[in-house]
Amino acid sequence: MSVKRNLFNTVWDLHKVGTLETGQDQLFIGLHLIHEVTSPQAFQMLEERGLKVLHPERTFATVDHIVPTASQARPFKDRLAEEMMQAIENNTARHGIEFFGLNTDHQGIVHIIGPELGLTQPGMTIACGDSHTSTHGAFGAIAFGIGTSQIRDVLATQTMALSRPRVRKINVSGRLKPGVYAKDIILRIIADLGVNGGIGYAYEYNGEAIHALSMEERMTICNMSIEGGARVGYVNPDETTFEYIRGRKYAPREDEFERACRFWREIASGEDAEYDHVFDLDANTLRPMVTWGITPGQAIGVDERLPSLRDLPEDQRDIAEKALEHMGFAERDRILGKKIDVAFLGSCTNGRISDLREAARLVRGHKVARSVRAIVVPGSKQVSMQAEREGLPAIFQEAGFEWRGAGCSMCLAMNPDKLEGRQISASSSNRNFVGRQGSPLGRTLLMSPAMVAAAAVTGEVVDVRDFGEYGQ
Amino acid sequence: MNEIKQAIKTIRGRGIVIRGNDIDTDQIIPARFMKVVTFDGLGEYAFFDLRYDEEGKKKSHPFNEERYQGAGILIVNRNFGCGSSREHAPQALMRAGIRAVIGESFAEIFGGNCTAMGVPTVVLSGEDTGSLMQMVEHDSSLTIEVDLPSSTVRCGERTFPFEMHPAYRSALIAGNWDSTSVLLSNVDSIESTARRIPYLCGFSTPAKK
Ligand code: SF4
Repeated sequence: MSVKRNLFNTVWDLHKVGTLETGQDQLFIGLHLIHEVTSPQAFQMLEERGLKVLHPERTFATVDHIVPTASQARPFKDRLAEEMMQAIENNTARHGIEFFGLNTDHQGIVHIIGPELGLTQPGMTIACGDSHTSTHGAFGAIAFGIGTSQIRDVLATQTMALSRPRVRKINVSGRLKPGVYAKDIILRIIADLGVNGGIGYAYEYNGEAIHALSMEERMTICNMSIEGGARVGYVNPDETTFEYIRGRKYAPREDEFERACRFWREIASGEDAEYDHVFDLDANTLRPMVTWGITPGQAIGVDERLPSLRDLPEDQRDIAEKALEHMGFAERDRILGKKIDVAFLGSCTNGRISDLREAARLVRGHKVARSVRAIVVPGSKQVSMQAEREGLPAIFQEAGFEWRGAGCSMCLAMNPDKLEGRQISASSSNRNFVGRQGSPLGRTLLMSPAMVAAAAVTGEVVDVRDFGEYGQ
Repeated sequence: MNEIKQAIKTIRGRGIVIRGNDIDTDQIIPARFMKVVTFDGLGEYAFFDLRYDEEGKKKSHPFNEERYQGAGILIVNRNFGCGSSREHAPQALMRAGIRAVIGESFAEIFGGNCTAMGVPTVVLSGEDTGSLMQMVEHDSSLTIEVDLPSSTVRCGERTFPFEMHPAYRSALIAGNWDSTSVLLSNVDSIESTARRIPYLCGFSTPAKK
């Protein structure tokens, strides 16, 4: 067989059960993760058909979307949230699925706990009823967001029907400058390739700049693949990956770990691997990015001006016009200096310990602007506990941030944390869709956690490179 | 076991036009309506925030228009259904009476979710989408026919060729769009595949390049 294969195709073939009549492949799913919002209907469908879970030991569950992050006392005040909580408790107990609930040390956003527990490993196929499942690709796994009918398929058969996508290599050369982060890389990629540029593709992030990143930064990039239309995004595993996994709860141990590393090295795309398309980006040219509109592709450098409709390709004008209207911005406005009402630090994109450390480093000794409500929501219990060991909550609280329990929170506002009216938020999350943060009129500016921290303190969009110690 | 097998070949109905690119699943069904353990009753929340203002007063939206009531075929533009994987979105549309969606392009997870519910998503060229939208906006009583075997959409005197994911098309026509039973029929191959996957066997089997 050819050695020019990329990781994606190698892993796909390893998991291929066969080709179905429809022409799709049946793919074995090595790791299935579930949460409370998209799984109850799948269990209901199983039970209606009298099916059981084929491999309960390959499925793991947690709760993240609906959990309140202020008080987590049971029963929840919100009756519907409580009902969903009970549904996942019952379903996992009945089917023998391991559940990381609120009373465990491992509860958190599903895409944060998988890696944290060492469940996420290179060369796996991973599925979860959540579009940001692409996050797990940071380990060189191929990870798909799926709908509820496919959750039912995976529960019942540990497989699903899929068409093989093409593979695009996104080669990021150079090195990031201070004040520029992984979030800025992915916002730039989506702005360049478009929010639907990745439909039908898996994205392989490669190049010097990517392999210089920590695992947490790689997760930020893979997380947002779906915002560019690519269902799957991944990074080839390397020594950084192995060191991250070593010693984690579900990681292979001792001899088995050594054998695992051998396998993980073998599956990585070689220098001569072939791709359907290659896209190049130079990290040296990147600057902090901010979204100005209502899709994650509507992003510009913090020192740039909003586009004028006339200068945009024709097919982008309609959505740009809607965006300007919703945001209350004008063509050619500067993004710098836009006032904010809320600062949100958290989500599966940027709610990990390194994100909180960086934000804390910047806000230490500063105060949140009087007009701003600022909240920090750690992505998982583990992140929260680690932050406590490092004294981060105190730094945030002294600066005027609220410090919360783990969950999705204001990323999609299914819990009590919501924007109100036309509030505008600086957010470290991944979606700026209309209504995403809980108010149909609310507005979201996506940016890196460091940029959110700087905006919280100054009350407006600032260039983090001019802020605090960067500015000195 | 109780199998669902129903061939879907031709869908007829009146059209409803929703213009605009990149209409995401948060617009199709806002997250706050997903606090449910079944999909029943989601139909009334389709496009909720676009249909009602903060006080609950109706806004102008095709789903609120008298002339489109009872329409079964949704016509949209580019990248429809982008964003979250929530099946609540196509479920809400289906429960609001939508049986097929015609558009310039669809987000990948959304298209798969629709197929799994037996709702075809078919792709017309930008020009044909525009023509069909105009026809329906002009006369909302027109019957549209989405015919999968011939890969065409018919409306009035016009016939538009469509493209569709071949796997989705053949699954719908064959009636095996509900994939669980098809997948489960290969249970022996599922288990033999598992036996050659290194991380399921202590990494003692070699990786195949
Ligand atoms: S943090 Fe946001 S994007 Fe991530 S899983 Fe939760 S709701 Fe989805």
